[in-house]
Amino acid sequence: MPTLTLASARSPFRDEFAEELAIRPLHSGDIHASFQFRTVWGVDLLQATDPRFLRYAILPREIVCTENLTPWKKLLPCGSKAGLAVLLKSEKLFHSSYFSQAVHIRPVCQGMHCTVPSWEMRQTLNVVFDLYTSGQGKREWSMFKIKIYVDVTDSPQGELFELSPPTPLLSQAVVLGDRRTYSVYDLTDPGTFGKVRSLNLLVRWKADNGDMLRPLLHGERYVAGFGLQTGEIHTLIYNNHPYRAFPVLLLETVPWYLRLYIHTLTVTSKNRENKPSYIHYQPSKDRLRPHLLEMLVQLPPNSVTEVTVQFERALLKWTEYPPDPNHGFYVGSSVLSALVPSLVAMDTNITQEHPLFSSFFLCKEESSYFMRVYTEPLLVNLPTPDFSMPYNVICLTCTVVAVGYGSFYNLLTRTFQVEEPSQSLAKRLANVIRRWRGVPQL
Amino acid sequence: TARPCMLISSSVALDFVLIGRTSAFLLLHQARAERFFRSDHTNNWAVLVCTSRFWFNYRHVANTLSVYRSVKRLGIPDSHIVLMLADDMACNHRNPKPATVFSHKNMELNVYGDDVEVDYRGYEVTVENFLRVLTGRLPPSTPRSKRLLSDDHSNILIYLTGHGGNGFLKFQDSEEISNVELADAFEQMWQKRRYNELLFIIDTCQGASMYERFYSPNLMALASSQVGEDSLSHQPDLAIGVHLMDRYTFYLLEFLEDIHPASQANMNDLFKVCPKSQCVSTPGHRTDLFQRDPGSVLITDFFGSVRKVEITMETINLTVPGIPLERFGGEPHTETALAYVDQLPVAQIIHQKPKQKDWHPPDGFILGLWTLILLVFFRTYGIKHLKHIF
Repeated sequence: MPTLTLASARSPFRDEFAEELAIRPLHSGDIHASFQFRTVWGVDLLQATDPRFLRYAILPREIVCTENLTPWKKLLPCGSKAGLAVLLKSEKLFHSSYFSQAVHIRPVCQGMHCTVPSWEMRQTLNVVFDLYTSGQGKREWSMFKIKIYVDVTDSPQGELFELSPPTPLLSQAVVLGDRRTYSVYDLTDPGTFGKVRSLNLLVRWKADNGDMLRPLLHGERYVAGFGLQTGEIHTLIYNNHPYRAFPVLLLETVPWYLRLYIHTLTVTSKNRENKPSYIHYQPSKDRLRPHLLEMLVQLPPNSVTEVTVQFERALLKWTEYPPDPNHGFYVGSSVLSALVPSLVAMDTNITQEHPLFSSFFLCKEESSYFMRVYTEPLLVNLPTPDFSMPYNVICLTCTVVAVGYGSFYNLLTRTFQVEEPSQSLAKRLANVIRRWRGVPQL
Repeated sequence: TARPCMLISSSVALDFVLIGRTSAFLLLHQARAERFFRSDHTNNWAVLVCTSRFWFNYRHVANTLSVYRSVKRLGIPDSHIVLMLADDMACNHRNPKPATVFSHKNMELNVYGDDVEVDYRGYEVTVENFLRVLTGRLPPSTPRSKRLLSDDHSNILIYLTGHGGNGFLKFQDSEEISNVELADAFEQMWQKRRYNELLFIIDTCQGASMYERFYSPNLMALASSQVGEDSLSHQPDLAIGVHLMDRYTFYLLEFLEDIHPASQANMNDLFKVCPKSQCVSTPGHRTDLFQRDPGSVLITDFFGSVRKVEITMETINLTVPGIPLERFGGEPHTETALAYVDQLPVAQIIHQKPKQKDWHPPDGFILGLWTLILLVFFRTYGIKHLKHIF
């Protein structure tokens, strides 16, 4: 039986592993840290990735905690024992404003000519540390003890914050259509450490103000309406590009117990109706399948597009309610996929040494980059019966009393009278037809 | 004559030698027998279940996690532990210190730790899933981490905590498991040879009622309170705002912190944990179904994973790794360049042809409705009257 080999005689490509940490101090005093771990296998199990076989699944109420981080860390070659993963301490990571971890597995090009594919597994972890809640009142952040990139674009001459120890290595990279400058600390280079065998990175803020560049595409979603009968889902999509319009593919998966009325679907931009270029809707089947709504919407420049659809809430069966039904039911987030035009020309040469975070989404064109944005999940209340014991006791007692008392009352007060039977509807209809025909009636 | 004397003396001498040999044999056999009557398990499993939901039941999650921590510390790996937590306390929005679950006030001990692996979480902790884990009747798609893959040489520790009553244990405030169901599940496990010995610990109100109905062999049970008594909680933490642990498990954790893998403490010490002066309730235990004497059962037989290692001096020849063969399929790959698929093919999406709606024959409902109408019509009039009506 022939077996696969890891290193073929043709190309000496071996498995490789790379890790990287990108730190970006934000204007508000928060720190955004992005860890990227990339494992590439030189195996060419080429299976064509056909987009028709795309499957999408979502668990809206999934709490992310250390128990999710533990198996994720086990996918790294050295686990959490060596490398940048040593910095991943759960008590610090989860006491943050934002936390996100992901695993992406896909085939990638290997080499310039791209004749042989290899498989890449990319693990990313993004955290935004909020300094004021983590107890450090000073506007100062340090990390001590690979490559570390610190984003210094906003403070080229050291106005916004000061970085120590200073490093002469500066590199430029285009990330999400924006050219940013990074100070690079190469941990594999012994010159970085100097005499001390550890690196203590210190960021000290100087200025207090400054506003951030708004992202070109972002989305929001909320439920409008009142009561437990009907409601409306509003999705707002913001296009902050000053002069370019671009298309956005909106994918919404709504559970079956929110019955959407698609005839009330409206898409408006700048107070005018915006007809989508493409709509695909698959209705739900009760207890089998959720709603699937996919729309390609052209977003005008510098505008807000609002997508609204009304829905009705269904009453579930007794056993279908979760143990805490009054918490509400979660609706998964919608996905916005877009080719956002970039403000800066991008370099599509894939063989050059790029930081990992800038080569995440690989695209062909130079003038736009692909972005996928997720909106917030929704929490809706369904009409919930009262599962508590007193309610059940009252219902049963009242039923028994009604049946007992009602029968007794009937027995005492009901009298029967004889009545002429009236003709049934069918006979009356037949009589009408007979009268019309001139034939004697029944 | 001399010969019979010699014979006698030699036979007596022989007897003496024989007696000497048999006593030596006896000692040898006694040592072997003693080793035989120690536990003959080869692997350890633990099923730790917290059945309560909501923030004010923080202490039940802390109970389960402290037993998890002890069991892991004494050597049972995550792959042999099935941990079921009905709610998330560590990253709950009401937790002032995220990613932590404390067992002692003043936040001394974080039992959630840095490498916890929860197998069943949230809504997955149901009576059905618990019984399926015990009996092994899981759908084929269940991952290994959610299965109890024990065999007839496994010692299993089962720990349950939550709210309970006389003969039942509540799961997530919406369903309950009775002591009869639990006893039957253990009998199924015995008949399927899924355990060698089983230790059952329960920390709920009236916990002793849950082991009253056991009838399978090799079961030992401990409970935190007798029938008619309530198990009480230990101490609240003012910063977190809830009670952190239950009394019985708090003192059990303190007892287990002193145990290390080479410890010789036995079950009689475990029965003495949390007397009435500390626990307010009276802990109970049941050992009549257990074949060995509890005094000879080590704590590490259930809480730890102490392996018996046999040292061998023989060497085993592993085969030389084979020469790598040619690539699968013969002709490896074409020389055409591959390219990345377009992430958002706008032109393709817009110009998709709408799917042709096929004509379907009328479905059962419509056919049934028309049949009913015609049937009623013909029954009312009869076929022979049809010509008079129309």
